[in-house]
Amino acid sequence: MNYSSYIALIPLLPLAAFVLLGLFGRKYFNQSAGIIATMLLLVAAGLSLYTAYQYFFVNGKVGDAYQSITAVKYTWLTFSENVSIDMGILLDPISVMMLVVVTFVSLMVHIFSLGYMKGEERFATYYAFLGLFTFSMLGLVVSSNLFQIYMFWELVGASSYLLIGYYFQKPSAVAASKKAFIVTRFADLGFLIGILILAFYGESLDFNTIIHNLTTQQSSQFLAITSASFLGVSALTWGLVMVFMGGAGKSAMFPLHIWLPDAMEGPTPVSALIHAATMVVAGVFLVARLFPVFSINSDALTVVTIIGVTSALFAAIIACTQTDIKRVLAYSTMSQIGYMMFALGVSGYGGENARLTDSVGQGLGYTASMFHLFTHAFFKSLLFLGAGAVIHLVHSNEMKDMGGLRKLMPITHISFLIACLAIAGIWPFAGFFSKEEILLAAYNKSMVVYVIALLTSGLTAFYMFRLYFSIFWNKEAAVHDHHHGEGTLSMKLPLILLAVCSVAAGFIHFGNYVSSDGTALASEFHLSFAAAPLALGIGGILLAMWLYKTANDKPERLATALGGLYKAAYKKFYIDELYLFITKKLVFNLIGRPAAWIDKNIIDGLMNGIAAATGWISNLIKTLQSGKVQNYLLYFFGGIAALVIIFIYIWKP
Amino acid sequence: MSDIPISHILFVSTALFFIGMYGLFTRRNMITMLMAIELILNSVNINFVVFNKYLYPDKLDGIFFTIFIVTIAAAEAAVAIAIIINLYRSHKSIDVEDATDMKY
Repeated sequence: MNYSSYIALIPLLPLAAFVLLGLFGRKYFNQSAGIIATMLLLVAAGLSLYTAYQYFFVNGKVGDAYQSITAVKYTWLTFSENVSIDMGILLDPISVMMLVVVTFVSLMVHIFSLGYMKGEERFATYYAFLGLFTFSMLGLVVSSNLFQIYMFWELVGASSYLLIGYYFQKPSAVAASKKAFIVTRFADLGFLIGILILAFYGESLDFNTIIHNLTTQQSSQFLAITSASFLGVSALTWGLVMVFMGGAGKSAMFPLHIWLPDAMEGPTPVSALIHAATMVVAGVFLVARLFPVFSINSDALTVVTIIGVTSALFAAIIACTQTDIKRVLAYSTMSQIGYMMFALGVSGYGGENARLTDSVGQGLGYTASMFHLFTHAFFKSLLFLGAGAVIHLVHSNEMKDMGGLRKLMPITHISFLIACLAIAGIWPFAGFFSKEEILLAAYNKSMVVYVIALLTSGLTAFYMFRLYFSIFWNKEAAVHDHHHGEGTLSMKLPLILLAVCSVAAGFIHFGNYVSSDGTALASEFHLSFAAAPLALGIGGILLAMWLYKTANDKPERLATALGGLYKAAYKKFYIDELYLFITKKLVFNLIGRPAAWIDKNIIDGLMNGIAAATGWISNLIKTLQSGKVQNYLLYFFGGIAALVIIFIYIWKP
Repeated sequence: MSDIPISHILFVSTALFFIGMYGLFTRRNMITMLMAIELILNSVNINFVVFNKYLYPDKLDGIFFTIFIVTIAAAEAAVAIAIIINLYRSHKSIDVEDATDMKY
């Protein structure tokens, strides 16, 4: 079966939805926009499932390794014989997996939004933006070269900006969208530099060519990039770290995470789609895409590991203290993405089977990271959609306004519980399996990372169940708002489907399909190894239950006892304040003001001076243009007389 | 004939030229100015004829030039008078001092 006949439709269908609804939506389709977009996406999701089936089970495998297939290749701009910018579709295990994840989660969000966004004034615009986002994300995951991925990367950022700022009447939403855009844009500067370094030395933009050029030890490109150095660090490391900086910005890694919690100003389904399941994993995807190059450079991998593990722990601590449920989920997302990042960081390249005793050269971390990405997409979007349903009922984001909702919304309650169990890593839910693999990979590589990861996993269980008990138990329901109950069928259906996925996704033998070099990777399951995280997880749940199941003053007393630590975590460790200090006080005063002064006085002054001088001279000489013929005659004869004098008496050749 | 020295004739043409110049600068009436221009042209004609006669008596180039200039001057006078008539129609005057619209 030839992929090229239909695969381009997968990203193009959401684009069609965007164009159709963006141009004509408000006028003609304001009621039917949701249905139209959802139907188009349903087709796209079906096609990507079919692609996945074709790829994984029918013809993706040659020998015992999955090949990377360029399904579509279109040369867009040709600069010279060797340098061109292409648009292409690259199929390999991770891009096919991402196709399924993105279309599926997007479809769930489309369906959920049918109920959640009903009656919004800009309903069609909302769906148009969703279509744009889905198109960009799909284009990103199937990109066949660095330039294409950069273009879609920016498109994703732009559509995220549009969706965060959807409620543009709210100043906080406007500020949040601006913040998200600026922070990620800043990180993308690094990404661009990284692309230029890699493309310059790799002598290509195409992923496969770059990877081939830069990983072959004898190639001239490899020698050039490893021998060139800047500030004592090789160009290869610089390039990779810069690319990772872009990824860290998009994936909200410490210290570029500050935009993600604020991004929760957007509509909740958007948070589920963009800021939990798909866009924020773009950074992980990018590192995974270039993983063969990363894997030969241990310095870059160390950076990835440190950033990942820091973010994981840091965000988990903050999440324990936040009271806005969407912010808790945002920090939890950051923490889980930190997990995926350091899983990549501790991974090696290759398909050796994972065993407890192996300490080097295995690609378990890579598989684990992708596995976690896959399962996380399901349960995190489920959590966000559940939170959306809760907010829809309560009309508040604050935990203190909730409590006792389990009777009012049984389906949301059960699905939320499943998602919490999954993210906490309790057997047999999906998160358990992927987290096990990550922990195993960390254990094989570094004890420090393993211990921090274990700690984080306990914290994860604690804060998720803090959230769960605060929403659904704690006190009697304060809301007696029965007139719209739990929401429409369109809001319940995605919850149920995602809950099923959150249970089932863990049982996929992921290593068989996705691994760093395409060959199957069998991971063993060790009960003894699983005991520690499982025990910590259950411990976290019990602690949360003891503190939050019924309304009491234990949490306050605990917070008081922890004192400064609690306050610091509640204030998000003052990172926002630090940024504000750096930008407002340092950048504005030391760079901005002098620059403004130079602009106002010197640059503008120069221009104004030239203009004033011109005006002054014109004033002086304008009387020459008197309009009197005889004056002109006088100048004319005067000129001739002068020329005569010059030629006869002065200028003698 | 040839006992009249060339300087006498050149004196006449120079006098004619500067009379024309004077007229051109001092008169305000455009018709008079046009006549002054004719004087200048004719002083040039005299120069052409004279130099031809005294320097190259066996050639006729200077005389041809003169004939051309006379012809062109006739055409130019026609154009100039047309301009003056148009100006008179729009300004009700043929005084150059009244036609200073094309100033800064």
